[in-house]
Amino acid sequence: MLIKRAQEIRSSEITDEQQYHNRRQFIQQTSGGALGLVAGATMLSNSAAQLQAQEPIPNLQPSPFSTDEDLNSFEDITTYNNFYEFGLQKEDPSRYAHEMTIDPWSVRVEGEMNKPAADVPLEDILRPHTLEERIYRLRCVEAWSMVVPWVGFPLGDLIRRFEPTSNAKFVRFETLHRPEEMRGQRGRSLEWPYVEGLRMDEAMHPLAILAVGVYGKTLLNQQGAPLRLVVPWKYGFKSIKSIVKIQFVREQPLNSWNVAIPNEYGFYSNVNPEVDHPRWSQASERRIGSFFRIRTAMFNGYAEQVASLYEGMDLRRNY
Amino acid sequence: MSPTVQPPSSVMTLARRAKPWVFVACLLPLVLLMWDGFGGALSANPIEDITHRTGDWALRLLLLALAVTPLRRLTGVAALGSFRRMLGLFAFFYTLLHFSTYLVLDFFFAFDLIWDDIVERRYVTAGVAGFLMLVPLALTSTTKMIRRLGGARWRRLHRLAYVAAIAAVVHYLWLVKIDIGPPLLYAGCLAVLLGFRLWYRLVPQGLPRTVTSENTGPST
Repeated sequence: MLIKRAQEIRSSEITDEQQYHNRRQFIQQTSGGALGLVAGATMLSNSAAQLQAQEPIPNLQPSPFSTDEDLNSFEDITTYNNFYEFGLQKEDPSRYAHEMTIDPWSVRVEGEMNKPAADVPLEDILRPHTLEERIYRLRCVEAWSMVVPWVGFPLGDLIRRFEPTSNAKFVRFETLHRPEEMRGQRGRSLEWPYVEGLRMDEAMHPLAILAVGVYGKTLLNQQGAPLRLVVPWKYGFKSIKSIVKIQFVREQPLNSWNVAIPNEYGFYSNVNPEVDHPRWSQASERRIGSFFRIRTAMFNGYAEQVASLYEGMDLRRNY
Repeated sequence: MSPTVQPPSSVMTLARRAKPWVFVACLLPLVLLMWDGFGGALSANPIEDITHRTGDWALRLLLLALAVTPLRRLTGVAALGSFRRMLGLFAFFYTLLHFSTYLVLDFFFAFDLIWDDIVERRYVTAGVAGFLMLVPLALTSTTKMIRRLGGARWRRLHRLAYVAAIAAVVHYLWLVKIDIGPPLLYAGCLAVLLGFRLWYRLVPQGLPRTVTSENTGPST
């Protein structure tokens, strides 16, 4: 399928502040019951389309991997973001990410694979895949969490298309590096471009997806449009955003947070209430939008599906 | 530098008049926070916002309180000293709000989790230590307590404010993920304020003395 994007935001699409606040009011009024949530989501997407072009995605397949927990509001998941490419504050991405151009977009796929290395246009990346709705828990290493209705397809399905060889032990991902459009990259909070990686068996796991949308529409830039990784059993920073490069490599790749603060962020970064981050507890978390803390579950509640990937590994050492 | 010395009486009157305004100014951050809170202007994680904003103001007011004595000595305006207690108590007030937010809103008295947090997270340890140090200072801030303790003992006790401020800055420095700019700025301010005291102690005669010590309470 083809997801088209408006080239620029037309002035007619920009929401004036009054309308923006009405929208917030609307959420507060409707966030009561499940019915309100659904109605709210529909309304919200309409208003959000005025902020940034958002296309509805038709024919979404439901997934058995989806959780039935209460969804976080569209407002929550699009205004409370860590995307250091646009600044260090949670509200920075929603303020500045619209400065990033995402059309045209292509992904460089290269490395240990039988197919020749190529710059693959986004349309060609997406064309063969059936998009599903995957409602996942997202657990940030900062001890907060959300429930997000992603739209995407299994990463493994994409990987198979490029026929990685037996030398390909890891998959390495890179985010767009374009300081003129990504103001956070003009400073050196992290080393740019942002880099992440997965072991090949992790990448092939059916829970790992590439997401192109949320709430039934294409992603907003602050969420990592147009193509991002979602690995629900790992801390959020593993789920790299706005991907421009996928490489099949022999050695375990470095990942940005590990490079920045090696004793705090490892390569695996599996959600694990037993292994604390050196500076805050991982035993509990705050689900955004609710008052009481909840206990964090092993592998973010996906232990049944993924625990076998790490059998025999010392997860305290491989944090 | 030669300070312009106004007649003490008029300066004192000015200070008395300014006091209610300073009081109101110190309450403004709380009013704005409540305004934002009830107006829905906080982020998706309002408890985090409340924690950060009360913490920021606790630290700012603590540094302001610690700036009073150096300013008084540099300018020779003794009346400045009369703001120190108010600023110090407001610093404690915001620290108390900050700590209560942690205890009630963030963890809702889940003492097992809180205990782990305090013992295992060094930034929490530093923060709680700083808070505990401010408690006796707030309790002994009344004129009556100053008299009961006696000037010298009171002064010695209230030097804990320096340690509490260091603990507060370290608490901030240790909790940030990567953006150490703001805590370093506070650390720099604190270094200047404490450095001044050291310098003043080592070379006291080089500076203009306070015009009058009336009504300023014991100096630290």
